[in-house]
Amino acid sequence: MNQAMNSHSQSVPVVEARDVKVSFGAVRALAGVDLVIRPGECVGLVGHNGAGKSTIVNVINGGLSPHEGTIAYKGEERGRTGIAAARGHGIRCVFQELSLCPNLTVIENTRIMHRALTGWGWRGRAAAAIRSKLDEIFPGHRIDCSRAVGDLSIAERQMVEIATAFADVGQAPKLVILDEPTSSLDASLAEQLLAHVRTYVAGGGSVIFISHILGEVLSTATRIVVMKDGRVVADRPTAEFTQAGLVQAMGSVVAEKKDARVARALTTSEPILSLPPRHGRGLPFKAFRGELVGLAGLSGHGQTDMLVDLYHSRSGNWLRRGNPQVAFVAGDRGYNGTFPLWSILNNLSVASLTDLSRASLIDERHEVELGEEWKRRIAIRTPDMENGILSLSGGNQQKVLFARALAVRAPIVLMDDPMRGVDIGTKQEVYDIVRSEAENGRTFIWYSTEMDEICICDRVYVFNSGAIVAELTRNDINEENILAASFTEAVTREAVA
Amino acid sequence: MNALRLLVQKPWIWSFAATAIVWFITIMFTGGASAAGLSQAALTFAAFSIIVGIGQMFVITLGPGNIDLSVPAMMTLSGTVALKLMGVDNAMILPGLGVAVLLGVAVGIGNYAFIKLLRIPPIIATLSMSFIVQSMAIWTNRGIRIKPPALLADFTTSSFFGIPNVAIVAFVLSVIAWVLLQKSVYGRWISAIGQSIPAARMAGIPVDGVRLATYVLCAVLASLCGYLLASFSGGAALNMGSEYLLMSIAVVVIGGTAVAGGDSNVPGIWGASLFLFLVVSMLNTYGLGAGIRLVMTGIIIIAVIMVAGGRKRGRA
Amino acid sequence: MKLNLSTDSVRLLIPALSLTVLLCAVFYLQPRAMSYTGLNLLFNLAVPITLATIAQMLIMTVNDLDLSMGTFVSFVACVAATFLPTDPLIGAAILLAAIAAYAVLGIVIHVRELPSIVVTLGMSFVWGGLAVLILPAPGGQAPVWARLLMTSKPPLVPMAIVASIVIAVVTHFIVMRSSFGVLIRGVGGNTRSVERAGWSIIAARGGAYALAAFFAVLAGIALVGLTTSADANIALRYTLLSIAGVILGGGEFVGGRVSPVGAVIGALTLTLAGSFLSFLRISPDWQIGAQGAILIIVLALRLLLNRLEKREKGR
Repeated sequence: MNQAMNSHSQSVPVVEARDVKVSFGAVRALAGVDLVIRPGECVGLVGHNGAGKSTIVNVINGGLSPHEGTIAYKGEERGRTGIAAARGHGIRCVFQELSLCPNLTVIENTRIMHRALTGWGWRGRAAAAIRSKLDEIFPGHRIDCSRAVGDLSIAERQMVEIATAFADVGQAPKLVILDEPTSSLDASLAEQLLAHVRTYVAGGGSVIFISHILGEVLSTATRIVVMKDGRVVADRPTAEFTQAGLVQAMGSVVAEKKDARVARALTTSEPILSLPPRHGRGLPFKAFRGELVGLAGLSGHGQTDMLVDLYHSRSGNWLRRGNPQVAFVAGDRGYNGTFPLWSILNNLSVASLTDLSRASLIDERHEVELGEEWKRRIAIRTPDMENGILSLSGGNQQKVLFARALAVRAPIVLMDDPMRGVDIGTKQEVYDIVRSEAENGRTFIWYSTEMDEICICDRVYVFNSGAIVAELTRNDINEENILAASFTEAVTREAVA
Repeated sequence: MNALRLLVQKPWIWSFAATAIVWFITIMFTGGASAAGLSQAALTFAAFSIIVGIGQMFVITLGPGNIDLSVPAMMTLSGTVALKLMGVDNAMILPGLGVAVLLGVAVGIGNYAFIKLLRIPPIIATLSMSFIVQSMAIWTNRGIRIKPPALLADFTTSSFFGIPNVAIVAFVLSVIAWVLLQKSVYGRWISAIGQSIPAARMAGIPVDGVRLATYVLCAVLASLCGYLLASFSGGAALNMGSEYLLMSIAVVVIGGTAVAGGDSNVPGIWGASLFLFLVVSMLNTYGLGAGIRLVMTGIIIIAVIMVAGGRKRGRA
Repeated sequence: MKLNLSTDSVRLLIPALSLTVLLCAVFYLQPRAMSYTGLNLLFNLAVPITLATIAQMLIMTVNDLDLSMGTFVSFVACVAATFLPTDPLIGAAILLAAIAAYAVLGIVIHVRELPSIVVTLGMSFVWGGLAVLILPAPGGQAPVWARLLMTSKPPLVPMAIVASIVIAVVTHFIVMRSSFGVLIRGVGGNTRSVERAGWSIIAARGGAYALAAFFAVLAGIALVGLTTSADANIALRYTLLSIAGVILGGGEFVGGRVSPVGAVIGALTLTLAGSFLSFLRISPDWQIGAQGAILIIVLALRLLLNRLEKREKGR
């Protein structure tokens, strides 16, 4: 393998990013990244959420122009950049969130993705190309290419998207970027994909492979690039890495077990909340007073849905209940978290307005007091609570959402993976508050994609395909068990990587 | 200096500035002879668009796609039914008003029922509703023009210390609307819903309840406006509401309310209503025809939203 | 293949069914309508409505809504009744400029991220004003060729039906089969991914608006061909009719899910609904209300069908 790499390292790189810097507002997403991709290599890109993987990918595919630094395709230092230029150089991308048009058929989506498909009879050519590629990558698939994508299952959509990226329609792909491509594929499909990536790379193509399943990366990539806080911290051939070495390079904080919490006699009392199994499958759900309940599993397997359903069933949609039972901390801030037009204070107080008002008129003095109290308790870094919410960094916006939920008198707090992309300092502050609130008897139901957060929970439910497949307590909560449980339905034949 | 800068930042200030300019130009042209008359006419006619405009503003605050197209039909129906019920009897003025309000409540509930049950966009729901309401108005009206009770007709056409009574009514309603919007929990809630329904729902806001209340409020204000307009013009006509469909939306937009929702203001509606009336009368004084007037109105509306700019559509 | 039927074809099922039911009802009430002249009368005004519905559908494909459709068609009708017969060149230039204006409108709406509803609302004043300027009082005269075309009597099937079929076939080809159609539906379905594939969304939106304007121009000319004269308010109700037609035909407000064949059927249904109501001898007071009720019933039916479809899929 080393020899192969040496022979390729002489050739012109497919893409060459030099000292790329990108910042979003106050947040520095990339702090000077160098990344060179040569023909015939599969680069595994790993790092924690918020390390800058997606951002560098967006720079490479032309969707984002770097604020500093250069990007060159095929060695053309002063070449054109932008989406069209990147595609013109054969760069294709499979995104983390599905990016097909649901209202179009598979064939029509192929047309959208391949601008070279022009002229009469494009339908026939598109159909032939996508069918043969699907057959090649996923032999035995049963996808009807004349169906609308919206009618396909999630896994089928992902397969179509991957096949579209690899398809050669008048213009061969040079570099295919796969961002978490296996997240909705089961083990056998994932293995088919990985095998195809290996043959494709052996044939001289290049791949950037992003996955949180380190086993996949180690088995597929020829070279691994580790990112942390917007920088490349390691860039070596795969052979020089082990799973443990990778985890270390990513800078995982090994969570200390809070043994002090374990002593609490939790399960003796009546549960504060209990739900039957979701969709009639899997295990039922219970939560007790003062407990930290973790929801784990691969992302998008029904954890958020459960939290949202739980919230809806326990709060009024026509009238507000006098005593709120639940509060919610959003993870997707832009979707169901912040109110972008409002000040920090208004964003914080919105869930407790009825407590702050008399005869339905808001007592503004009260509101300001509440704001000041939480600004102090949770250390929101702003000169003035009247500033717009968007003036805050992501981490501080997240703190405001925490304060919003904690300011409500509700005994149960639901958290929808709220710490994605938040810096480690903020996380520690929030963890402390969560712990102390739990001591005071509040129950937290916490969906998280970060293993160290799951590990500080008292009890963990693992999700797979919308149902709870395992319940872990105390000492059983560790990365290995959770990963094993995450695949219990999908994986039966294969040991978990 | 600081106060001036604060004032310039208000979204409604521009509609007032434009109003002042147009008022001045018109007065100049007529040699200042009709300043009082012009102002009084402007206040009277603006009052009606202010009342419907406030209702429409609350609906538009609810976010993209929320518009009540049943406003004109509602005005016609309430005007027709109320006048018929009162039957020129002064004693029936208050019952007539009560019936008008009740009709508004019923139509508002109907509007939201369609939106919610049929899961159709508010435009189509309120449009279908307006067909039905318009039919009811035609059926009640039967082409007979009933005069309003004398007391009511006097009230709507006379002035109090030079200020038209209808303008005073509009002012009182505006103050209530301002308090609702800026100071009450309800105002915060509709603004939150207008920015993001999922976020509002997850912050514990009873989204359906608030939206229902808003559509009812809009219909009631349209109903009140129809009641007053019919009394003012000496009887209900079947097309009396028609010009208020576009007018109610236009005054809200020109007044500086964000079309994408979540950010509204009441004063701007006054500025915009006065402005639109004055533009019409200015163009009239210059002897320009209806065609130019319409084109100008359209260009002004488009120019205002171009300058005010759209907000990001969000991810939905 | 069997499943394939259940998405696109189901979308067409309700409109086709409602048209058939309505047609049967009309024939039952008025058997004499079952003839060449009868059909011609029933569907007399269908052509301009169908064209306007197609125009509205194109705008809805890119997730927008055109509230100025009625005034625009009226404006075109005024131009067609004044300039086209006497100065065809000036008339054609005006209409081309109007199409260009629509393209610009689409681009502006996209670039400034403005709500199409309000922009087109403003434009409805502009078109209305221009129409009054061109033709202050009802009158004018239809171009001879438009008149001939609209009143021609092809063998066996009346003109209105032949024209509807031609419109359905042509627009089906443009919207459902051509690359451009795929592109604009893609913009409606997932703008971001189309953009990421390297397409120009500005061009797509501008193109969709221009094409919509083209069909609206045809609608205006066809209308004048039928009525022989125009006035500034001649087609005001087309705004609502066109939106309702698209929805009746199984189109949706967002998501790029539209069906040209469905839209044509929807427009025919609406045309027929008018005749049906008059045959029913419903008092004229309730005619508008009955139209609202028909709209609501069809929408409710569609909701029911979507639910069933979803349940089917869920299993």
